[in-house]
Amino acid sequence: MAVKFNKVADGDYMLDVTGYVCPHPQMYTKKVLIKLDQGDVLTLVFDNPSSGESIVAMCEAAGDDVFERSNSGGVFQWKIRKG
Amino acid sequence: MSSELEGIVVNNVAESELAWFEKKGNLYALVILALITIGSSVALAVDIRWLYLLVYLWFGVAYGVFLQYGRFCMASAVRDLFAVGVPRMAVGVLIAVALFSLTAATVKVMGVSTYYPHPIGWHGLIGGAVFGFGIVFAGGCASGSLYKSGEGNIGSMLVLLSISFSQAFYVTQGGWLNSLVPASWTASALDKQMPAELTVTDGWFDQFMAGYIWDLKSTTLAKVLGFDGVASGAFIADALFCAILPALLVLILLYAFYYRSGYLRRMKVDKPTLSEHLRGIWSMLTSSRNTAIAGLGLGIFAGLHMWVIGELRNHYEIFNFGELLADMGYTTGLSIQDTVFDPGYWYITTQEAQWGGWLMHKLGAQNMDNIFFGLENGLPNPLINAPGWMSIGIIFGAASIALVRREFKWKVPSLETAIFALLGGALMGLGARIGLGCNIGAFFAAVTNGDPSGWVFLAGMAGGGYLGVKVFSRWLDWCASREDFAV
Repeated sequence: MAVKFNKVADGDYMLDVTGYVCPHPQMYTKKVLIKLDQGDVLTLVFDNPSSGESIVAMCEAAGDDVFERSNSGGVFQWKIRKG
Repeated sequence: MSSELEGIVVNNVAESELAWFEKKGNLYALVILALITIGSSVALAVDIRWLYLLVYLWFGVAYGVFLQYGRFCMASAVRDLFAVGVPRMAVGVLIAVALFSLTAATVKVMGVSTYYPHPIGWHGLIGGAVFGFGIVFAGGCASGSLYKSGEGNIGSMLVLLSISFSQAFYVTQGGWLNSLVPASWTASALDKQMPAELTVTDGWFDQFMAGYIWDLKSTTLAKVLGFDGVASGAFIADALFCAILPALLVLILLYAFYYRSGYLRRMKVDKPTLSEHLRGIWSMLTSSRNTAIAGLGLGIFAGLHMWVIGELRNHYEIFNFGELLADMGYTTGLSIQDTVFDPGYWYITTQEAQWGGWLMHKLGAQNMDNIFFGLENGLPNPLINAPGWMSIGIIFGAASIALVRREFKWKVPSLETAIFALLGGALMGLGARIGLGCNIGAFFAAVTNGDPSGWVFLAGMAGGGYLGVKVFSRWLDWCASREDFAV
């Protein structure tokens, strides 16, 4: 099990931090979002619910948009547009 | 990717069409609560005095529900602030501090407070720093690890295991560690003329306690400021001056350094007025509804818990649950004073140390010849360990609500997470013993009861957390560079 990050298409990236607890998910998400360009979309997959709270607040403060959320059996898949 | 997303949507729609009681998660949650209810009823039928233990259990369930609902982890209060600049959890903790200080003051005025102030000294700063460093790697604080265990997080269970056994190990260690203990502590410990079976000059923790801690002063702000009236001391000095005003000050600092600029940018305000800033502070307080509600709930229930235990002690005419256990015929595992650990309020780490210590004792360890287990807390069977059931209640409560919210999932940790959980837990255990408690016992319960030692622990915890985040960030950067993580 390792953190998976890859480019799906131009402006479309995927970060999978399932299996990791705080603070891995939010710290990896922050490190990735800093490097993306405005308008790029990050699909984030994680299964640590408390990280979600921090990521929402982090995106709100930075002006990034969490525009899609789903939960399948405790695995969260969010789409974030870099602001 | 898209097919996975479609699958998720289909699953959610199918699930949402079911009636409430047809959903598996809800049923499992009901089963958990039913089992606790049946177990409680059986215990009461056997002996009504088990009520004392069950109060701990059910308050634990309530804490677990609120902790999971608000994803309330004090580790993230410190860590997320420094790691990702998010004050959400720190705000939630401060709301809980303000509320609990008021309920605690009420309980104090009623004359049934169970709180005794902690000694103030450098141990709080150092213990807090070690604890704060550990929580960054463990991924949660003491209570956070409990509620995350309830979410099915096996890494958090490893943290609990590590906290339990590390503490039980630390408090019994002598040997070469004796040579590191200042001679003044040894002499002071000897002066206390403790019973010979405790061998207080053998073991660093015994000498730390008897030779250092017991020589320190414990006080509340009401006593320091000379408030003679019970109500004025409890509400003005202990609640307002020791908890609410410092919490307000920290909230303003959080707004100024972590929330203000983002808020004003979102509101498109260039030259903010005072009222704009006040609206900003309100926005910060309510930015995470769940966390704020959890803070309110925990603050109220923590006070109620103290009240109920205080009333039960009056009812049974006891000072400690050990007396009740002895009356009920359970004398094995009591300390030489016939006491067991029985704080009377929300507490986490000591009962976990007892779990580890009890198992080690069963495996043949001679670990009752010390102050921690032998004189103060005892080593009761976990089945009759009241605060231990509070911790188990937190896991059950968190599991119930996580199941209802579809957030329960068995999470097997990676090797990295498992190692960090064990190492972080061991550091948390060490910090908790040096600081005489964790983020709950040494900080939350302290500052809300007028005990300024809690702020000393928090200062240490913040410093340790800051350093932990710096080290942890370097580690992530190193991992990312090895895994070709760069964008």
